Amino acid sequence: MKLKQLESVLGDLEQFSNPKVELEQYPTGPHIASRMLYTAENSFGDVSNKVVADFGCGCGTLGAAAALLGADQVIAIDIDSDSLELASENAVDLELDIDFVQCDIRNLEWRVCSVGHVDTVVMNPPFGTRKKGVDMDFLSMALKVASQAVYSLHKTSTREHVKKAALRDFNASSAEVLCELRYDVPQLYKFHKKKEVDIAVDLWRFVPKRNQGRGI
Amino acid sequence: MRLLTHNMLSSNIKGVANGFPLLIEVEKVIEKQVDFNPDFLKNIFPKIEWQALVQASRSMGYSELPEESPESSMLDSDDFLMKFHHVLLELHLEEGALVCPETGRKFPVNKGIPNMLLHEDEV
Repeated sequence: MKLKQLESVLGDLEQFSNPKVELEQYPTGPHIASRMLYTAENSFGDVSNKVVADFGCGCGTLGAAAALLGADQVIAIDIDSDSLELASENAVDLELDIDFVQCDIRNLEWRVCSVGHVDTVVMNPPFGTRKKGVDMDFLSMALKVASQAVYSLHKTSTREHVKKAALRDFNASSAEVLCELRYDVPQLYKFHKKKEVDIAVDLWRFVPKRNQGRGI
Repeated sequence: MRLLTHNMLSSNIKGVANGFPLLIEVEKVIEKQVDFNPDFLKNIFPKIEWQALVQASRSMGYSELPEESPESSMLDSDDFLMKFHHVLLELHLEEGALVCPETGRKFPVNKGIPNMLLHEDEV
């Protein structure tokens, strides 16, 4: 599937009708989602024929993109029932086969065996503006679960902090900013003063240590 | 929820020493056809906790999966692979519950989605 086509299909997905500010629910727009997954697949081969998990799936955009690009299995996790219902409907609309789990990422108990089930984690985690540190909780869990790679979005302003945390605390063997993107956040919540605001975000690729030298 | 996912999930209640595998209470099972992909199956096979898969499949009403963990030579048998495929990917727990093996606490499954949210005293 070509990038433009992927972007177009993702653009048809239903978004949050009543986003919850406490969960920092913002849709991952088709522009960012398509580029994120397209890069993961075309530059690194981390999507097709892999088991991909979408952490904090929201409306399911990233998981859907993974499925569209040939992931063998997609598991999407979110804390919110309304989001999961929406994401389920989106998956049905696109005839995608995605397994959903309702869980708080911080409490996720995954059976992590020596050869991991989940190859790649993709996520657009909450930035931590409402629950401080939640972005790091997501990253920490992602690096525990993924056996090959983690793709994540974090505010460019947190770049040094993210890199340090990943390498020093969360067992990443590498942490690379693939590119900087503009995340256009629409005026979703009452406290938003402007109609639309652009936030600079980094698209990161992290590799968990356990993968190093395994050649799997 | 398919059994591939069940094979990864563990009870997340605080203090539980061994929360895997979650027991399955069935109210409704549905079958969804998935394209047969032998390469995927061969790849995922070593990552599967076999006993848990067999137990789970029996709870879901399927008894054709061998109880002993198969030799890797079985992976050359299409007959075996198709059973493995069916159990791992095509059987869905649509309604029911996942049960913590240690505490008996039930995690409800509705419309195929397990709810693993914990109560305050379980965190």
